[in-house]
Amino acid sequence: MSNLRTIDVALIRDTVADLCGQADLLLPADVRRALEQGLAAEESPVGKEILTRLLENADIAAAESMPICQDCGLAVVFLDVGQDLHLIGGDLVTAVNEGVRRGYERHYLRKSVCHPFTRANTGDNTPAVVHARIVPGDKVHLWVVPKGGGSENMSKVFLVTPAQGLPGVKERVLETVEAAGPNPCPPIILGVAIGSTFDDACLRAKRTLLRELGSVNPDPEAAALESELLTMVNNTGIGPAGLGGRVTCLGVFVDIKPCHIASLPLAVNVQCHAARHKEAVL
Amino acid sequence: MSRTFRLTPPLNDADTTALKIGDRVLITGTIYTGRDAAHKRIVEALQNGQEPPFPLKGAVIYYVGSSPAPPGRVIGAAGPTTSYRMDSYTPTMLQLGLKAMIGKGKRGEEVKAAMAQHKAVYLGAIGGAGALMARAIVEAEVIAYPELGPEAVRRLVVKDMPLVCVNDVHGGDLYLEGRRDYQR
Repeated sequence: MSNLRTIDVALIRDTVADLCGQADLLLPADVRRALEQGLAAEESPVGKEILTRLLENADIAAAESMPICQDCGLAVVFLDVGQDLHLIGGDLVTAVNEGVRRGYERHYLRKSVCHPFTRANTGDNTPAVVHARIVPGDKVHLWVVPKGGGSENMSKVFLVTPAQGLPGVKERVLETVEAAGPNPCPPIILGVAIGSTFDDACLRAKRTLLRELGSVNPDPEAAALESELLTMVNNTGIGPAGLGGRVTCLGVFVDIKPCHIASLPLAVNVQCHAARHKEAVL
Repeated sequence: MSRTFRLTPPLNDADTTALKIGDRVLITGTIYTGRDAAHKRIVEALQNGQEPPFPLKGAVIYYVGSSPAPPGRVIGAAGPTTSYRMDSYTPTMLQLGLKAMIGKGKRGEEVKAAMAQHKAVYLGAIGGAGALMARAIVEAEVIAYPELGPEAVRRLVVKDMPLVCVNDVHGGDLYLEGRRDYQR
């Protein structure tokens, strides 16, 4: 007991505040690389121009400390908390929310959280969405994902029947992309979680968005499906900004897990090209 | 090759009728911002016989909720938001003379029909390019509903704001046409 490592939640608060700023102002390196590869692969002149502008936008944001996108997102915060760690100094979720409050204020980020019916803005971008889980070790790994509303609105969950199977899953992913069209700011990234339960599928779909673009999925079945879905989605021709082109999607992340004998849950989390995510290990 | 039109609001029928989908448009002058909450307020005001917060005749509206202006800036990041959420309010505003809407994403059939009827256009800005779009904005001032925060109505003065015509008054839709050559 006495040998437990301790972390004051004030450190988590301050780290969250910093990560909010970094995430919203600096395009992640993997996304930049994917946009550059997209630019090289794009056949449409308009599509090439859009991708060039998006890279230019990231440069301006970094140089001028401006957010990449005015939608600085609802702050989704993932925490992997080591089970051999003792958190002191107060409540973890309160500390995360305080970090979001400070980060959004300090970095001039848009506060985009409101009451669902009155639409009254909470004024400080809280409450954040906090997903904490206990993992082995004595560290805290945290990720801040500011999630934009436009792409989140295009996300879908399906309770596919076992009879519809894998073909049904592919059809519904494509249906989601077609319905979204230009709305979620393509080129998009797709987080696709298959199996488990309704709730778990949605959470895993979001969690896949923490993966690095271009990384290889260790599950060969998921890796094969990622590549097949990517081709299908790019064949829609929706293209950058939805104005037509070959680069509709920068990457598909698939997570497959067993499910109930009656079920085949499928969650498709649509992410825009401003795929912001920053992480830290404490 | 696409053509480029320079337009200064307020716009008239001749300005909008000349545009075809895919045309580049550079707007210089005064435009107004409005997104979800502001549209609800504007249309409620109109239904109650009140004046809208800005003259709708010939007006250009930009669907944007900018991020706060950092010190020394007129505005923060200011890219377009997804337009379909404004669809239910749009025909009323077109009827009262709104001539152009700036946003991103598809419009509904009813809005497209109203655009053709009232000779109005829908112009696309690049979604997710908020820092780049902010460069075209030279003045910004909240003129209505300050309590809505990022959703307040702002008067913007813009210079050569880069846009593309997505829906023209002739029924064209760039989102449908543009992808044809790249669909497999």
